[in-house]
Amino acid sequence: MAVRADDLPVPRGRPRLAGRVREWLDHESILGPVFVTPALLLLVLLVAYPFVMALYFSMSNAFIGRPSRWVGLHNFIALWDSDVFRQTFQNAFVFTSIAVAFKVVLGIILALLLNEQLWFKRMIRGAVLLPWVIPTALSTLGWWWMFNSLYSVVNWTGIALGIVDPPGPNWLGQRYYAMSAVIAVNVWRGLPFFAITILAGLVAIPKELYEAAEADGAGANARFWHVTLPLLRPVLAVVVLFSTIFTFGDFNIVYILTHGGPINATHLFATLSRQVGIDTGRIGEGAAISLYLFPLLVFVVWAQLRFVRKQVY
Amino acid sequence: MTVSRRPFVKRLMLHVALLPFLIFALFPFYHMTLTSLKQDRELYDRYAVPLVITQGPTLEHYAKLLWDTEFLTWTKNSLMVAFLATGISVVVGTIAAYALARLKFFGVASLGTGIFVTYLVPTSLLFLPLAQVVQWLGLSDSKWALVLTYPTFLVPFCTWLLIGYFRTVPKEVEECALVDGATRIQALWRIVLPMAVPGLVCAALFAFTLSWNEFIYALTFTSSSEQITASVGVTTELIRGDIYFWGSLMAGAVLGSVPIVILYVFFLDYYVSGLTAGALK
Repeated sequence: MAVRADDLPVPRGRPRLAGRVREWLDHESILGPVFVTPALLLLVLLVAYPFVMALYFSMSNAFIGRPSRWVGLHNFIALWDSDVFRQTFQNAFVFTSIAVAFKVVLGIILALLLNEQLWFKRMIRGAVLLPWVIPTALSTLGWWWMFNSLYSVVNWTGIALGIVDPPGPNWLGQRYYAMSAVIAVNVWRGLPFFAITILAGLVAIPKELYEAAEADGAGANARFWHVTLPLLRPVLAVVVLFSTIFTFGDFNIVYILTHGGPINATHLFATLSRQVGIDTGRIGEGAAISLYLFPLLVFVVWAQLRFVRKQVY
Repeated sequence: MTVSRRPFVKRLMLHVALLPFLIFALFPFYHMTLTSLKQDRELYDRYAVPLVITQGPTLEHYAKLLWDTEFLTWTKNSLMVAFLATGISVVVGTIAAYALARLKFFGVASLGTGIFVTYLVPTSLLFLPLAQVVQWLGLSDSKWALVLTYPTFLVPFCTWLLIGYFRTVPKEVEECALVDGATRIQALWRIVLPMAVPGLVCAALFAFTLSWNEFIYALTFTSSSEQITASVGVTTELIRGDIYFWGSLMAGAVLGSVPIVILYVFFLDYYVSGLTAGALK
């Protein structure tokens, strides 16, 4: 009896159970949570949890292979005694503001050009976007070679054109030149994103507005300042906010081009945090350095949610 | 007015104005490819013109890269990691995006915001603690660590992109199917997904590209020659001390970009639309 009671209901119960599960899954209030669970689990375990760990590390004197002790905000404050960190802090702002400014201005110019009637429209767009899709680590190697102290093709071209006095600057060995080189590569790699996104914004501006402005006697300049630019503002806000956080947190370009040198003149938070946290093993200090990215992240998220995406959620 | 009467001249001037941008964008690739094809003799001749090959091209740097280094293993690792991470992320992202775009349930709005916020977190903020997590999971120096961690930035991206695509599928089409007795899952599988194929292609392409290009996690979580990806292999294993083999280094940079260039040539329009959708939707 006991055997039958355990055995029998199962074959009969299974389709009923499957049917009930199917029925449950048809309720939005159940299917919704089921569908977002994998994404949620992933983000909680591998983003939120590591973030809390970063907070914990940054408030401890964690060192690879040694028990750690709670030190409160000591790491964050002690960093200000370090010349390297103060230099890095300054670098991050110089690098981000100059690179983003160049990307905005060049991006608008390039987008305006791409918006005109062109002969090889698709091919030109493809060429312009290329730096953005190629692995940054690998294309930066190409730039590293172009800035080589002995064989720099940049210097060779400059000398050939008579703009640069031979032998030309040692791009990666002198602090201001190194910073310019790092910024140039960042602009090179980020410009396609600006140009293509701004182009999408340009295409969306109704033609009638330009016709109306022209009828009112507005020249090309006036049309740009009074029609194009104001209507591009939302798109510009999105690309600038996006780019600011990713430029601020940049790692690849500096790591490959200069390793933060010469004498820390190009270190950013990410490269310094790796050097301190991984190469020398002071995880606590490394985590504190990378968390200096956090206030800017909070600001960007807040600005995006407040001004840009309020219509969506 | 004189300008509009001569559209040809105007158009020519436009192209001339574009030229500096095109040179800026393409020259590094040209120079990389050129360097990888030069013989050492010419490569290290300080008086040679660097912009052309005068002493004949050679494939020796490529041969050296393919036979004397583990380049093929690194490429295989890159492919495996990129395919698996893309597969996982597109599936997880698709169902999450469908739920967030179409279903009403508790907490849907704050979840959407949460996913958008993680989309903005740069990888350089989390690589230190993630290295610890990877170690606890016993995945130190393993490419599986990358398969596991890449979805952390791919899933938010795919979800965000696909929410936009799912919203463009008219609700009525799906409701018709529901009225006809289809379940939600059937409606998603048979109606919504086929209509959102361009979005899925776009999400998969971007996920693959982002995984292939990822550097900081790969550099931090893997180190031995059997486990590293192409970008890490070329940038770390080909540079030994102070002696650089520029020819092979550039050959590695060129070959390591080839898979992405192939995808790019075939799917250019998807890249353009995905780039703007990711930022604007």
